[in-house]
Amino acid sequence: MTDAEFLEYVQSGGQVEVDDWMPEEFRLLLIKFIEMHGNSELMGVLPEREWILRAPTLQRKLALTAKVQDEVGHAQLIYRVVEDLGKPREESLDDLVAGRAKFHNVFHYPTKTWGDVGVIAWLVDAAAIISQKALLKCSYAPYARIMKKICWEESFHILHGRDVVLTMMNGTDEQRELVQEAVTRWWTPLMHFHGNPIPPDEDPMYLWRIKSQGNEEARQQFLDGYVPQIWELGLEVPDPKLRKGDDGVWAYTEPDWEELRQVVTGHGPKTAERLELRRFTREQTAWVRRVVLSNAVAA
Amino acid sequence: MIFEVFRRERKGQPFQHAGSLDAPNAVFAEAYAREQYGRRGESAALWIAPRSALREIDDFVDELGRNYHRVDGYPLKEKLKEARERAGTAGDR
Repeated sequence: MTDAEFLEYVQSGGQVEVDDWMPEEFRLLLIKFIEMHGNSELMGVLPEREWILRAPTLQRKLALTAKVQDEVGHAQLIYRVVEDLGKPREESLDDLVAGRAKFHNVFHYPTKTWGDVGVIAWLVDAAAIISQKALLKCSYAPYARIMKKICWEESFHILHGRDVVLTMMNGTDEQRELVQEAVTRWWTPLMHFHGNPIPPDEDPMYLWRIKSQGNEEARQQFLDGYVPQIWELGLEVPDPKLRKGDDGVWAYTEPDWEELRQVVTGHGPKTAERLELRRFTREQTAWVRRVVLSNAVAA
Repeated sequence: MIFEVFRRERKGQPFQHAGSLDAPNAVFAEAYAREQYGRRGESAALWIAPRSALREIDDFVDELGRNYHRVDGYPLKEKLKEARERAGTAGDR
């Protein structure tokens, strides 16, 4: 099979398995994309982790702890897929803590109040599930298969977030204010989330059918699904241009794409601090990996 | 050591491939499989097996073009049309 035949194969819905032949360009793109996803799951728990000790009730504390555990579990599954493609997990982690790898823009920002925790779990996870559902038909089948489990868990994370938000909206004026501030704070990162609106045909990840929809299509799906849900609670979205046109397409103020570029290349407000924490915990737990591996070899 | 994980979602359903994991031995492989694929009650059962122990067969050669034991070996459309015309029933339908 030539590279061109392979491209045609995946574009007509074909999938490949771990041992199947694939063009080198495709393999490298897969590693880049999937590794970034794994990094995002692992880094994504850090903003939420900060709130475990400050959760308002025991139930919320347990739910948040479980969500953090789920997300780390996703990272485990995803790094395993990357390993099969040729990049060992330790190497991915080396690159991550050295600042050589990317992770999703939303995880470079601070969480200021419990309102952020609700808005992240609701809206960031909603944006994420839209991207992840577009991976269920990924041309690399092992990745598509683990996505089933990941999407299933994300679906109740969204409910957890919406429950936090609804509880606050039904609470005091001060609580409602916290949610509004969080929506305002997270709106730009959410609009950045699905990436700049390059045409799908110019997006290599779409071209090779690693993902099955373009960036703008994903953002439109997010706006269509969630803006009405935000508005119905009496919350305001900080974009005066935001409205759904008669053609069903949402109009919005073009976000600052330079900010997105800055953030994902490691210059976000919390990038350095969170990478430092990841580096620190990795060192702290190194002895566990050493003991486990040496005992297993001895046994 | 790489282990492949298969999960049965509910009783009565077939085991399906779920993913793989890297574990130093079978004891750890079992613990990881429980954590990664059974923690939330999403599986009724798991099978784990070392990847090296699996035998894959994926070469099903059909040199003789034996389509007579497949549905696509019987394209009846044209023949049926001709037979109906012969019987004069083509317009009845």
